[in-house]
Amino acid sequence: MRTRLRRWSLVLSAAALLSFPLASWAQLTMYDIDKRIDMESHVGNITGHAKDGKADYRRYCVVCHGPLGDGNGESFPWVDPKPRDFQLGVFKCRSTPTGTLPTDEDLFDTIARGLDRSNMPQWSTFTKQQRADLVAWVKHFSPRWATEKPGTPIQIPPEPEVTADRIRAGRDVFARVQCWKCHGVLGQANGPSAATLTDDLGRPIAAFNFTEGARPKCGDTDRDIYRIFMTGLDGTPMPSYADNIKPDEAWDLVFYLRTLMSQHSKEKEMAKQLNLKPVDPNAPAGQQ
Amino acid sequence: MHRYKFANLLPAVVLVCFAALIVSRNISVSAAGEGKITGTVKLDGTAPHMKGIDMSKDPYCSKAHASDPAHLETVVVGSGGGLENVVLYISEGLPASAASEAPTTVPVFDQKNCVYTPHVLAMDVNQKFKVVTSDQTTHNIHPLPNPMTGNIPWNQSQPPGAAPVEKFWKAAEVIPVQCNIHPWMHGWFVVVKGPYASTDGSGNYTIDNVPPGSYTVTAWQEDLGTQTQKVTVAAGGAGTANFTYKPK
Repeated sequence: MRTRLRRWSLVLSAAALLSFPLASWAQLTMYDIDKRIDMESHVGNITGHAKDGKADYRRYCVVCHGPLGDGNGESFPWVDPKPRDFQLGVFKCRSTPTGTLPTDEDLFDTIARGLDRSNMPQWSTFTKQQRADLVAWVKHFSPRWATEKPGTPIQIPPEPEVTADRIRAGRDVFARVQCWKCHGVLGQANGPSAATLTDDLGRPIAAFNFTEGARPKCGDTDRDIYRIFMTGLDGTPMPSYADNIKPDEAWDLVFYLRTLMSQHSKEKEMAKQLNLKPVDPNAPAGQQ
Repeated sequence: MHRYKFANLLPAVVLVCFAALIVSRNISVSAAGEGKITGTVKLDGTAPHMKGIDMSKDPYCSKAHASDPAHLETVVVGSGGGLENVVLYISEGLPASAASEAPTTVPVFDQKNCVYTPHVLAMDVNQKFKVVTSDQTTHNIHPLPNPMTGNIPWNQSQPPGAAPVEKFWKAAEVIPVQCNIHPWMHGWFVVVKGPYASTDGSGNYTIDNVPPGSYTVTAWQEDLGTQTQKVTVAAGGAGTANFTYKPK
């Protein structure tokens, strides 16, 4: 009798074990996450260790991102945009194609840069080692890093010289791929589709307004802007244009976007001299 | 001399005969062994009213529907109460080998007149599919799977004349698809394991390549939910499973 019971308990526990992967469909538990505590990050010649990032995370990050890294910290109800859910492994600021994991360096840069117009400050006071450890800690929340590799970063050719022709060509790209549908013809985030935009979780989200002097969330160098529209901002309505804008055209578009920004720039000066008109949304495709 | 030539050819002849035998055997085996499941999915009751879609935000889209107004496609009822866009698949009883084979056909999801055609695209796990655009306006194709399943969300633009986007999904999941530029554009990728079918305009379907056996067939409708039925397929035969939904 006892052996039979024991046999049954074995079968039952085997069944319980087999059904365990189903748990990952729902919220991960601390138990699942702890299994990845050996996660590392590699940025240049620095190696980050998840377990060394824990203390900084508990002190500085947990309030928003939560003890389980799901973005459900104590401040969740009060901040907008909402804190990132690290368990999903979906990130806005990447050098890698849409639908792929970011590189360790992408996360490392995001921590120092912060996210403009959100509650994520610039953590530039951390040492590089601290940041690398935090990157490893952030990664250990998501099962994706156990099974997937980060995407291959997109190639960005050297920045060419700004010319009037390039700015005009950039305007044509802006018209052709219809950036203005959301961002508006003047970059004021008032295009016909701007009002209904939602993020992947169905929460309202605004298109970037180029005219308010704000910095783009994923960096404000020319290379950052190039990267933003070529990789897309995963989790948001901003798609990747990598298949539809050639690398050379992409630089043209960067120059044209500079003319829309309120910040002073060489491009803005040149556009004024060219007397460049905004694109006409009512003209047929190709003639805007 | 003559005999020598024939002896030389003999192995080749034997090989060809063998190859022919093997090929013919394989064909006959699959033709005799694999059956199918057919049936009709119907709505028992009056078809719910489908709201019209206001596309005035994009003149290209509203012009395309000037004479043929677009409506939501949540429940599409055809002749005789047949339900369109229902996905049928084998949810239980499929041998592991049959479940893991992805078909080589490439289903196509078209963005045409600012509507997804078809509204529901069914596919197998790891089966390649294509997203194309027939429109002279920019779309962004943005599927929203749950990343915890292993399916990773992505978001790609398709301006006029864009090349097709070819992808596949790693796991079985019902994935909503949207275009953020045209918020009314909403469709589904229904990713299942093993053979599947979608109903046509009259609610008819046929799941091909079903090995003989006893199965549970599941019908999925985006608004009316899922139903299941037991079906037995004999070698080379056809099982039948008809489904009836009640309006909500």
